Amino acid sequence: MNPPHVSPLAVFFGAIFTENILLALYLGMCSYLAISRDVRPAVGLGAAVTLVLAISSGINNLLYWRILNPFGLEHLQFISFMLVIAAVVQCLEMIIERYTPRLHLALGIYLPLITVNCAILGVCLFMVIRRYDLVQSVAYGAGGGIGWWLAIVALAGIRQRLQTSRIPRGLQGPGIALIASGIMALAFMGLTGIIRTR
Amino acid sequence: MPQGRDAIRAFVTALWKENPIFRQVLGICSTLAVTNLLANTLVMVAGLIYAAAMSNLTMSVLRYRIPRRIRIMVEVLIISFYVIILDLVLKAYLPETSRALGAYVGLIITNCILMGRMEAFASQNPPLPSLLDGLGSGVGYGFILISIAFFREMLGFGTLLGGTPLAVTVLDYSAGWTRWVLMLVPGGAFFMLALVVWICRTLWMRGQKEPVA
Repeated sequence: MNPPHVSPLAVFFGAIFTENILLALYLGMCSYLAISRDVRPAVGLGAAVTLVLAISSGINNLLYWRILNPFGLEHLQFISFMLVIAAVVQCLEMIIERYTPRLHLALGIYLPLITVNCAILGVCLFMVIRRYDLVQSVAYGAGGGIGWWLAIVALAGIRQRLQTSRIPRGLQGPGIALIASGIMALAFMGLTGIIRTR
Repeated sequence: MPQGRDAIRAFVTALWKENPIFRQVLGICSTLAVTNLLANTLVMVAGLIYAAAMSNLTMSVLRYRIPRRIRIMVEVLIISFYVIILDLVLKAYLPETSRALGAYVGLIITNCILMGRMEAFASQNPPLPSLLDGLGSGVGYGFILISIAFFREMLGFGTLLGGTPLAVTVLDYSAGWTRWVLMLVPGGAFFMLALVVWICRTLWMRGQKEPVA
């Protein structure tokens, strides 16, 4: 394995801005559209996704390069990544419930949803394809999570404003949210090329 | 044969009345990512229909044996099983497409459509309607994916099925056609999907009296 010569910091900021996981790679769209009607739950979900991403990308990186790859078991990556993600989500839920019940109340309903959020599996698969090492992977996971957080909170803010505007009936709800995301994606495209991530 | 009619009804409902994309707006991650080339989209759609139908069938057969508490995990494992097969088949027979699709084949596992249909339909219905429900969801998802890809590739590259032996040049640059670069960048996919959602929802609402949630 030869990791690319990119500093983890570049990977981190690249994942937030130039290759935003949501606006450029289209990952985690379902919960993005479903839970962006209001800012507060969007903030909670973003925090939970970031935490799970940073942890599971690190564990999955070790799992892939230390166990699956040396033993020629790469075809098991999907199933083992999913198990790791589910386990991380489950543990995190128990820890948060035990130590910070208030945070658990805020995040509680979103945590189980994260297991099937494509952003998590997506980041883990991209980190393998790009051959990131452990530090780069954690940076990529954390950056990807923060980028997703940024996008969902921004969209929630826009949608709160849209509640009072007159929108054609067929376009209400997801339609207008998609157009808003499209414009955000164009705005983020302006940042392309500032950071080299590969 | 009432069971057969139920099964057909399940197929039609899944295809139009509860179309996963414009009705529920689910599973659009891969919709957007793979739709700038029609050929890749066709492969992705075939894979998704297969995975949706097979995992719905499996879930339905096992529906009395899976404890409620762990069923989400079991659902994920069932889907993963079929997606791994799909991934290996693609790597063996269509290596270039497999490379172009990259991580998005694996992401079928977390496609909300599959989970959603297994949870909502297959866990409560017999195998045959479940199989057809999976097929219907897959086809309903597929036709939207294909129509988006059709316009994105045509306007963006000027070709259809580019990169395959069947490639057709529809809009020629040398004849003065300007590429719509907007269609190729991520933003274009969002606009295209919004347009499809808009059109389909408007048509769909004609048949409904109450407003769409």
